[in-house]
Parts: sequence; C-alpha cells; structure tokens
Amino acid sequence: MLKIDNLSATVDGKAILNGISLEVPNGEIHAIMGPNGSGKSTLSYVLAGRDGYEVTGGSATFNGQDLLAMEPEGRAAAGLFLAFQYPVELPGVGNANFLRTALNSIRKNRGEPELDAMQFLKVARARMAALSMPEDMLKRGVNVGFSGGEKKRNEVLQMALLQPKLAILDETDSGLDIDALKIVADGVNAQRGENFSALVITHYQRLLDYIVPDRVHVLVKGRIVKSGGPEVALELEKDGYASVQEAA
Amino acid sequence: MNAVSGAARFSHRFEGLRERLPGARLPWLTALRDGAAATFATLGFPTRRAEAWKYTDLAPIGDAGFDEPLTLLEGSVALPPAGAARAVFVDGRFRADLATLDGLAFSARSLAGALDEVEGPLGALAQPARDAMAALNTMLFEDGLLIDVQDGVDGGVLELLSVATASERPQAFHPRHLIRLGRGASLTIIETAMGTAGAAYLHNPVFEIGLEEDARLTHGRLQQESRAGFHLSTIYARVAGGAVYDNFTLNAGARLVRNEIHVALTGPKGACHMNGAQLIGDGQHADTATVLDHAAPDCASRQTYKTVLAGRARGVFQGRIHVHQAAQRTDGYQMNQALLLSEDAEMDSKPQLEIYADDVKCSHGATVGALDADQMFYLRARGIPEPAAKAMLVEAFLIEAVEQLPEGLLRERLTDAIAGWWQGQEAAA
Amino acid sequence: MAAVTETIDTVNAVNDGGYKYGFSTDIEMEFAPKGLNEDTVRYISAQKNEPEWLLEWRLRAFAVWKTMEEPRWSSAKYPPIDYQDAYYYAAPKEKIGPKSLDEVDPELLRTYEKLGIPLREQEWLAGVQPEGRMPVAVDAVFDSVSVATSYKDRLAKEGIIFCPISEAVQEHPELVRKYLGSVVPQGDNFFAALNSAVFTDGSFVYIPKGVRCPMELSTYFRINAKSTGQFERTLIIADVGSQVSYLEGCTAPMRDENQLHAAVVELVALDDASIKYSTVQNWYPGDANGKGGIYNFVTKRAACRGKRSKVSWTQVETGSAITWKYPSCILQGEDSVGEFYSVAIANNWQQADTGTKMIHIGARTKSTIVSKGISAGQGQNTYRGLVRISPRAKGARNFTQCDSLLIGDKCGAHTVPYIENRCMTAKTEHEATTSRIAEDQLFYCRQRGLSQEEAVGMIVNGFCREVLKELPMEFAVEAQKLLQISLEGSVG
Repeated sequence: MLKIDNLSATVDGKAILNGISLEVPNGEIHAIMGPNGSGKSTLSYVLAGRDGYEVTGGSATFNGQDLLAMEPEGRAAAGLFLAFQYPVELPGVGNANFLRTALNSIRKNRGEPELDAMQFLKVARARMAALSMPEDMLKRGVNVGFSGGEKKRNEVLQMALLQPKLAILDETDSGLDIDALKIVADGVNAQRGENFSALVITHYQRLLDYIVPDRVHVLVKGRIVKSGGPEVALELEKDGYASVQEAA
Repeated sequence: MNAVSGAARFSHRFEGLRERLPGARLPWLTALRDGAAATFATLGFPTRRAEAWKYTDLAPIGDAGFDEPLTLLEGSVALPPAGAARAVFVDGRFRADLATLDGLAFSARSLAGALDEVEGPLGALAQPARDAMAALNTMLFEDGLLIDVQDGVDGGVLELLSVATASERPQAFHPRHLIRLGRGASLTIIETAMGTAGAAYLHNPVFEIGLEEDARLTHGRLQQESRAGFHLSTIYARVAGGAVYDNFTLNAGARLVRNEIHVALTGPKGACHMNGAQLIGDGQHADTATVLDHAAPDCASRQTYKTVLAGRARGVFQGRIHVHQAAQRTDGYQMNQALLLSEDAEMDSKPQLEIYADDVKCSHGATVGALDADQMFYLRARGIPEPAAKAMLVEAFLIEAVEQLPEGLLRERLTDAIAGWWQGQEAAA
Repeated sequence: MAAVTETIDTVNAVNDGGYKYGFSTDIEMEFAPKGLNEDTVRYISAQKNEPEWLLEWRLRAFAVWKTMEEPRWSSAKYPPIDYQDAYYYAAPKEKIGPKSLDEVDPELLRTYEKLGIPLREQEWLAGVQPEGRMPVAVDAVFDSVSVATSYKDRLAKEGIIFCPISEAVQEHPELVRKYLGSVVPQGDNFFAALNSAVFTDGSFVYIPKGVRCPMELSTYFRINAKSTGQFERTLIIADVGSQVSYLEGCTAPMRDENQLHAAVVELVALDDASIKYSTVQNWYPGDANGKGGIYNFVTKRAACRGKRSKVSWTQVETGSAITWKYPSCILQGEDSVGEFYSVAIANNWQQADTGTKMIHIGARTKSTIVSKGISAGQGQNTYRGLVRISPRAKGARNFTQCDSLLIGDKCGAHTVPYIENRCMTAKTEHEATTSRIAEDQLFYCRQRGLSQEEAVGMIVNGFCREVLKELPMEFAVEAQKLLQISLEGSVG
C-alpha cells in the first residue's frame, strides 16, 4: 500500500506540494485530477525520486518502506513504476537492450533469475503484440523518433514487462487519440489485480472512462481538496475546476 | 628540464647511432636522415606556442630521457590471440618469428630489410622539413612495415601489432610504415599498440599511405598503450581519385597520446572517413589532430570523434578542413563531441574550416557537456542502477562513432576495447 | 601606414561607386608632428590639458608598447606598418568646443549632414525625421577630437553622463580614473598599448543606478585627414540596474594610402545592468584593386562584473581593408549573459578576421554567438572565437553558430573556434556551416522579376537576418542597404 502523509515539497525554493495525504491500498486504482500547476507532476516526480524536488515535510511509504529514503532505482525495484508524461529520448540506446537491462535489474532485486536475450525477446514480443506495437520498435533507440502515441505505448510496454506493484501514470493520456487511449487503458486494466495498484494522474475525465478508478482525488494548489468515488470526475467534467479552485 | 633540452638528447642519440642505423650505407637515406636531424635540431619538440600544439605539452617526453633500444630482443613475448594474418613489432622491431604473413595476396614485410627499394616513396609524404615529429621519426627510424597491394587485389584483413616491453631504461622507438595500394586494391589493417603494464616508453610511428585510383583502405587503430607510455603517431595519406581512406582510431591507453592525421584528397570523387573515440581517465592526456586537404573536386569527407573523460583527464580535438580553390562540390562534415564524467576533466576543441572554393557544403559541430540528468533519471526510474545507467549512456554516446565501422573483426575488437576501458574505470572508481 | 605619397584630390576622383562616404572635408587642421615618441604622447596630453596621472598612465603604456611586437597571428596579410610615418593627432584648427553647435564650423556640419548624421537636435524636434522615431543622442568624433554632442542636457536630467572622454577626464576624473584600463589594461596587446599611449578622443558614458537610458546613444567616427591614425577610446559604465543601448558608426574618405584605426572600447556592467553595443563599421574598404582602405585593428571588451548583468555586442562590418577585432565578454557575475551577433563582409580585396571571446567565470553564465560571414571577390573572411569555461562556472551554457556564405570562387571563408571547457556541468555547443548562394535560389528570384543584385541582396539579408534583428530599429534598415551596396558587383 502507498501511504502519503502530509507531504510537502519545493522546486527551486517554490512550494508546490503543501501537505498531501493519501492512501492507495493494494489492488485499487486511484485517480488524481487537478488543474494545470496544481502539483500533479511534482507529486509523481517526488514519489519516483527525481533530483531537484526537495521534500520539506511529511512522509511517503510503500508497503512499509520509506520511499523518500531510496534511490530512484531502489524505488523501481520495490515495484514503483512511473509512466512519464514526456518519455525521455535516449539516442544510441537500443530499446531492446534498455528493456532487458531494466527487467533484469529488477528481477535480480526480486531474487528472480535474469533472462537471456532469447527468453527476453520471447516475452517482449508477446507483450508488444498485445499492444499492437511493431517489432522494429525494439531495434530503435529508446523513444527516438517515436510519435507521441508510440512513446506512450512504449511506456505501457515497459510497465507490462516490469510488472510493477504500483504504477503512477503521469498524464499518460495527453496527446493520445482514442485508439491509442484504449490500448493504454487495456494495458493498465490487464495489470489489475490484488497485487497491483495505480495512481492515474490526469487533467481530463476521458481516460477514466476506460480505466475506472476506485477513488478520485482533486488536487489544487498542492493540496487534496476533495476525494470521492468515480462520480467526482464526472462532476469536474461538468462544472470544471473553477468550483474546486474557489473552495481551495 | 624543458622540451628543448629533451630534444637535444634525441639529436645527440642520432649522432651516436648515425653509422649504425639501418640503411646507413645508402647515400640517399643518410642524406634524408641528416636533413631531418638538422630540422629537428632547429625545431626541437613543438612547444605550446605553436598553434598546432596549443593544448599539448611534450615536455614530459623531454624529461623522461628516452633511449633507442640497441639490442635485438628475441625473448618470448605474450601476445593476444590473432584474428587474421599478423605482423608483429616488439619495441619497434619487426619480429619475423612472431609474424603470420604467409600466403597473403599481397606483399607485407620488414622495411629495414627492403630499404634499397624505397628511395622516393620514403619521405614522399611525411615532410621532415615542416614537421618536427616526422623529422624525429625520419632521423631515428629502425624498422617498420612495408605493404604493397597490387592493382585490383583484395588484401583482406591484416593485423599490425606493436608491443612494448618493460625495460630498465625508458625506450623510444620510431617505426616507419609505408603502405601502398594499387588501383582498385583494397585492404583492412587492424593496428593495435600495447605495452607491458607500467612500462614507460615512447612509441612514435609515422605512416606514409598512398592510395591509387579507386583503392580502399580501412585503417583501424586501437591505441591501448601502457598507462605510463607515450604515443605520438603521425599519418600522412594521399588519396587518389575514387579512392577511399577510412580511419578509425581508439585512444584508450598511454599517459600522453597525440594522433595526427593528414589526409590529402588529390583526385576527383575520393573520400575520407576519419572517426574515433578517445576514452581517457585520471592522469591521461589525449590529443587528436586531423588535417584534411580537399585538393580535388567532388570529394567527400566525414569525421565523427567522441571523447569520454573521467578523473583528471584532458582531451583535445583539433580538426582542420582545408578546401582548395579547385575542390568544387566538396562535401565535408565533421562532428566532435565530448562527455565530461568528472569535475576535474578538461576538454579543448578546435574545429576549423578553411574554404577557398564556393560550391561547397561544409559543416562542423562541437559539443561538450555532462551526462544528461533527465536520461539518467529515466533509466534509474526503470530500475537500472546508477553505474549501469552511466555505462549505457556512455556506450550510447560512443555508438555514433562505432557504427561508422562495418561489422567484422575490427568492430569486435573495438567494442571489446571500449568495454575493457569502462570496466577499468569502474574498478578504479 | 603605407608610405604611399598621395594627393588630396584623389578623394572624389576615385571611381568606386560602392563607397558613398569617400569625400573629404576641406578644413584647416592642426597636427601633432609626424611620428611617435614620448614627445608625441606629451603633446597629445598637453593638447587635452590632461592631469598628471593620465599623462603618466599614457607614458607607461608607451613604454610597454615599445617592448611589444606587432602581432602577426591573424590570417590578415598586409605590408609592414611604419608607425613613424603617421600623424597621431589631428584636430580642426578652429577651437570648437562641444558646447554649442552654433559655433561649429558649418563645413563640418555639412559633412555630417552629407553622412546622414543629424547633429542638430532641432532637426529631430522639427519633425524632419519620420514621426515616432526615437531621438538619438550623438557624439561626433572628427579625426582626433569630439566636435559635438547632442542631447547632453536632457540626458543630464537623468543623471546620465554622455560626453567626449576628454571632457570626462576634466569633469568626472574619479569615474575615468576608476574604470579606464580596468577592462583592457594598457599592456593587453600591441594595438591596445598603442591606443593607451596616444588615444585622442572617444565617448564616455555613465548610466547611474536604476536608470534606463531614454534614448539611443551614438558616436559617429569620421577619419578625414590624410596620414593620420585614429585612436579613439570609449568607456561605458552601466551602474547597478541600469540599461543603455549604444551605437557607433564609422566612415572615412577614400584615399589610396592605408590608414590605421586602433580603437579601444571598454564596457563595465554591474549587477542587473545591461549594455547593448551596436556597431555599423563602414570605414573606407579600399578600391576594387585593393588600394587604400582602413586597417581596423580594434580591442573591444566588456566586463560583466555584476550578477545578472548582460552585454550584447552587435556588429555589421562592411568596411575597412582589414578588420581585426574580437568584441569579448568576461562573464564574472553569476548568471551574467554575453551575446555576440556579427555580420562581416569581405568583398574585393578586403580581409576580415573577427569573432569574440566568451570567458565564463561565474556560475550559470550564458553566452550566445551568432556569426555570419560573407566573402566575395578576392575577400578573405575569418571567424575566430574563444569560448572558455572555468571550473567555477557551474551550469554555464554556450551556443555558437557560425555561418559562411561564399560568392565567387576566388574568395575564402574560414572558421577558427577554440572551445575550452573545464567544468563538468557546463555545456557548450558549436555549429558551423559554409555554403554559397544556390543557383536555384537566384533563378527563382530572378524569374519573379528581381535583378541579379537585388536577388543577391535579398538572399544575403535573409542569411544575416538573425543578426540584423538585433540592431536598434533605426539602424537595421540602413544596415540592410549597406550590405547590398557592399556587395555590388560581386556577382557577375
């Protein structure tokens, strides 16, 4: 279970998160919605451990482990996966090599045997077929020359391969057409189960038609101002963020 | 002690060795050596006041007090496994007993044994009068490899291995290699320079390479000298119409290395590729200097150099493209990039264009920077530990240069050398 | 200067339509004795009624200069300069203070009118200039002295000092003494030492704390007399939080001798201050056969001493037989910014060797270099630049773009950048390209009805756009025309 307690953080000395508290029990999918600049992406980076985001108060634990004390790769090994809003391009790094190295690093941490090239290819191909990804994406540089949709699918492929316990999807729906959106949602839904939870960060309700959340939280000015069931997202869609922003 | 007095030491050695050097009975060669000695005595080692040596100080060579080996070494030497026909030099001397040159489709032999055949070609390209390092080599060379590939012959792959052994007194050797490829001939040379760990020596090879029409030479160079060694190499290549000179140099060893490559494209539709990687760590200094003369129309040149610096390392890249007035429709490209892995590293680059023809397409680029923080985070967020993530990004940085080589023995050797360097860095860290 | 004997009437006789400023003004002049020695230095200092400290300062510079050798490392080729065969001081005889324009010799005023430089403030006020254009305050330097400075009173209301440096020495000695030579020391280089010994006039600008200069400041340099060198010295100080935009223009008569112009410009920017320095250099370039023209050997340097200070150099170099200058920035203050935007033309027998040095010392300093070189005729154009990042300059950034355009196959374009990075977190990027005007571009324009020269002008202006847009608006249009004129006859 992800447990965030009164978490505050600054970027370049500017307070972005101002005391967030949130619990995502295993097996549940929670959505975080909020207007631009409310701190949604900051929350995901703080949880994943990016440099330049300074935690100034509170805590975040994952299955009892202190997330904030761990290196980014340690968090990944513990089962946390961040689907980036803007997946980073790695020219010269082959996608297959990247995926296999990541997978084996995590397997090694879990005490599972590493996969050799052939075993890996078999697994990867199967996952890619499920995501309607052409196989030549394995040969290309990581995210290099990928379209926006391809990049997001590559993120979902990585999630499918790495089998995280907690996935944070940071505006994964931005820039996706409806077909790609369905593919991404199917990828997430396929992971659903008692050992998988997810934090779906989004600006729009649209994605939540396909990934139906257990709970929805509204983030404004670095605080959660409202929580509830899927109906909260529908209300926001109808009334916009203005009403909750006033409340904040 | 400064470099000048170090130079005087070499001049003095020449005085003593003059009568005993190979070919001393050949008047033309003696005249050539005397001329070179006079030049070297005047020029001395280049100092940093010389524009071409602005970033590299040769004073440590003068300080080291090198001697040329006098005794012929015949002891056993540990050699890496050969992947093809191989010529072996130990401390600058050709070792027939270690060579595997039988059944070649072309001629490859010791220069010392064939000096009476090279009047004219020897010194035709390397001009001692202008170049102190060529002068030093010309006055003191004892041996080298003489390669002649006849018209139309595909010579396959030849390895050229230079091994330096440890000796009580630091040794200097100045091999001179002459390579000629006839019309339409082709050859791949994989040159490896290495030395016993910890051995201090000066390896100062000069290459004179002549490619006739439509010939093609792939010249791979893996410089993995001892970390106490000095490597100063100078290549002069003349490329005739339609011919291709393809040079790839890896600088991973030596305390101080300077690779100077002069290529002249003298006939239409010739091409030159000069690529390389410099991987240097604490206490190392690596300088690559290329001079590309586009002297004929419709030639193309491509250069991609990558330097990775760790610890207190200093990297230098100087690349000059000179397009003569006759060289219309020249297509020249040069890219040099450096990756700083340490707070103490320094990279100096000086790409240079000199253009005297108007219908040309020439460009160069240079970047220096650290590993990209976003890329590092992305890899680590996927569970890849920091050292492995670093290694991946370094490999990715180098790949653009490595990919210029075709698949095959050379590329394998290079990939291994890069991996070996990285492991060495990690072990040191 | 070359020991060619010349006659004054060459001036209008030389038939070179390209240079519109080649006339000379017939005016009575006073010269220092020809040649250069300590007495020359004393003579100049006495003419200017200078305090003792400045004379000593000059003499020290002269002593250093005597020990120095003339540099030869640039790609420029020219015959030896005879420093004894020149006048180091030339001034209109009639004592004209820069006080009142009414007292200025009408011949001089006509000269500036002919050059298109308005000295009379009332011309601006009377609406002679197009409406909406900002007035420009002008300091006019004629050979060795400043002859007029406009808008001084209005600027003084803001506390801004804009006057000839000779006047500043008298009126504001504390400022001059504090900053003169603080950016370009007397012994910095051969020509800077020479300038320090014999500089005659130039402009002085001081912008007080927090003041945004309300108008463009401009100095107009004119070499008129024959056999004279011009050695002006400009010093601009932008105090904390101030802003100024300054422009210099230069012309000279057409003479068949070479004349030396060795100026020194020093800029100092304190915390949050910003200086924009623009140059339109149109010294006489020599004729189509390479005879005559100015040797333009200039030292320009800015010290970005303050945090977040900014200096931007913009230059359009169309004139001079030889140009040899590297306007530079020493980026000391944290987060300070240096910029260099340059267009240089080398047509006929001109040689231009120009570029910049960006010395990054402070953390997060940034520099941008955009250089556009155009070579035509037998012209040789070199970009030479240095980007140096010191270990302290954490997070520093440099971007350099050098483009060369060749017109014709007898000219040359050269790029010689030096990039020295000693800081891991700093990033430098350099790009350079060389190309020519493509036949299909020319054909396309001509098919649409443009003449060959119009087409070339248009394409060249497009090539230079990134630099020209950095010029103050008032001068961008003139600079465009100048480019076109400078290239006339380059495409046959």
